[in-house]
Amino acid sequence: MQKNAAPDQHKHTLDPSSEHTPRKRPIYPFLITFIIMFVTWILLSGKFDGFHLCLGIISCAIVAYFSGDLLFDSPRVKGLLGTWIRFVRYMPWLLYQIFIANLHLMYLTFHPRMMELIDPEIIKFKTKLKSDLALVTFANSITLTPGTITVDISTDGQFSVHAIDRHSGEGLPGEMEERIARAFGEE
Amino acid sequence: MDIIVILLIICGLIFFTGGTVGLLRFPDFYSRLHPAGKLDTMGSLFIMIGLALFNLHHFSMGNLLTSLKLILIVVFVFMASPTAIHAIVDAGVRAGLRPWKKGDKRR
Repeated sequence: MQKNAAPDQHKHTLDPSSEHTPRKRPIYPFLITFIIMFVTWILLSGKFDGFHLCLGIISCAIVAYFSGDLLFDSPRVKGLLGTWIRFVRYMPWLLYQIFIANLHLMYLTFHPRMMELIDPEIIKFKTKLKSDLALVTFANSITLTPGTITVDISTDGQFSVHAIDRHSGEGLPGEMEERIARAFGEE
Repeated sequence: MDIIVILLIICGLIFFTGGTVGLLRFPDFYSRLHPAGKLDTMGSLFIMIGLALFNLHHFSMGNLLTSLKLILIVVFVFMASPTAIHAIVDAGVRAGLRPWKKGDKRR
């Protein structure tokens, strides 16, 4: 069922009408940044009286006004909700992978003949992901999956990855790339 | 409830121990960063979830906020840790340090 839902949202993201957002400064990035900031404010302050809430609103508005366009690219804001939902759906799989791979690294660490098991090498491959956010997510996911660290990315998507042994390196780019491509609507 | 919390914290401690042992045992700069960065991230995930659950023992608004803050720490660690490791590795590559190959001497 999940597989059916993803392409629909993907079509929606690439809808041509979303390309024609006004060139003037759009309001969505400001609003979304403001909401994220304010939720964080409430969480961290933990006080619900009027004085503290007003302080929060004022400071969040100032920060969101200055840095609203840093967090989100304005042209793609309309597909943002879908991206977030799909990204949240990507998280459990990533956590599971991190857990599995952590166990593998623990096994390597405590193995008495570890030096014979590990075989570090640098793997280079090219990814098809385009947007900055997708590239960063991919790089961080690779680093979090033990046995592999992203060494370098070039802007055209050339990755070099340091892998601790054959087993960790052979899975790349593979399924993780596909899932990120699906999450960011770049299939 | 207490049993779950204790299990989670012990899991986290095991991961931290693994991270430390790995840091000491692996042969070179790059491979040492593997356990240093990742087993620690996993360990902090387990310990923070354990503490958040323990904190919810007596349920109240203040406790809930504290637990959410603990979870927020995990979120930030998960974003910051890979980025920091990447920066360290990148510094190593720029300085011209060669990765350890099978059969080399330990450094």
